[in-house]
Amino acid sequence: MARLALGAALFVLLIAGPVWADDAGIVIAIKDHQFVPSTVEIPAGTKVKITVRNQDQTTSEFESVDFHREKVVQPGGEITVFVGPLDRGSYEFFDDFHPATRGHLIAK
Amino acid sequence: MLATLIIVFREVLEAALVVGIVLAATRGVPRRYRWIACGIGGGVLGAVLVAGFAGEIADAVEGMGQELFYAAILFAAVTMLGWHNIWMSRHGREMAANATRIGQEVLAGTRPLYALALVVGIAVLREGSEIVLFLYSIAASGGDAPGMLTGGALGLVAGVGAGAAIYFGLQIIPTRHLFTVTNWLILLLAAGMASQGAAFLVQAGIVPALGNRLWDTSFLLTENSLLGQVLHVLTGYTAQPEGIQLVFYLATLAIIGSLMRLLRRQHVAHA
Repeated sequence: MARLALGAALFVLLIAGPVWADDAGIVIAIKDHQFVPSTVEIPAGTKVKITVRNQDQTTSEFESVDFHREKVVQPGGEITVFVGPLDRGSYEFFDDFHPATRGHLIAK
Repeated sequence: MLATLIIVFREVLEAALVVGIVLAATRGVPRRYRWIACGIGGGVLGAVLVAGFAGEIADAVEGMGQELFYAAILFAAVTMLGWHNIWMSRHGREMAANATRIGQEVLAGTRPLYALALVVGIAVLREGSEIVLFLYSIAASGGDAPGMLTGGALGLVAGVGAGAAIYFGLQIIPTRHLFTVTNWLILLLAAGMASQGAAFLVQAGIVPALGNRLWDTSFLLTENSLLGQVLHVLTGYTAQPEGIQLVFYLATLAIIGSLMRLLRRQHVAHA
């Protein structure tokens, strides 16, 4: 059942396409050491609120050298960071405690 | 195991470089080992506490507790490094000029070792708390415990080795030049920490970034490379700095540097 729900969620994400910023901001989950979604589009030149929810059992550190953010996310916890305004371009972020876990912000 | 090794090494490296510089800068000062050991011990204790209360810290101040905490300890370290250098400008010449060994020791004994011990404690606390969080979460999730312990231990040894390397490198410098070199290193260390503190203040929304990417030298040297990281600790090297980071960096250099200069000149005028 859980697997079915996850599959459905992934399918919705897939057809919904890139997530755009709105007033509520962007939510990025960390699940099974993956960022979901791992590519996030944001408007260039605008300050954006990003909430990172850690759904794994391990501590993560949401970090980006490209847009200067660094914040520990407890297992099952969430953090908020404000990012930007950024120029157009691609900005990488990663989990400093699991460096293979990577994603990108695309400022358009 | 390798992943643990690399992460632990990176965190230990930052603290170990600070300890190496402080050890070199206190050559010949009585009771320095006791002070520095207290700094390391206090830092380890603090790291465990901070890791234990990580959730509470994160939720404090409307979710900006982490940023404010790290900014606060970084600026405390900057102040202590500055105070040490200013003290050295006032008394360094007396120390060098004092002919008798006992006189030198009396003066050296009044050197503000608590300031440097606190800097060591802060460096160990900051990097140590990340190590504790990282290792604890692997252990709690039933990860590969023997591999984690081996990786952690090897990372610690490698990091301490880097600290030892800078210490023994500085040992080559003759005493009459040593304090000039270490004062410069400490000044750059302070400026680098101020720049890191500024980035946390931007993240907390307290100061404006003044430009997200003042320049980008990551094609020359990334911050994640070993050399990039060593330079990041020693000189505050940032491949893509925010404008405000440069402002804090230069302001720290200017404030501490001009106070050092002023006090040295006053001293010469009195003599």
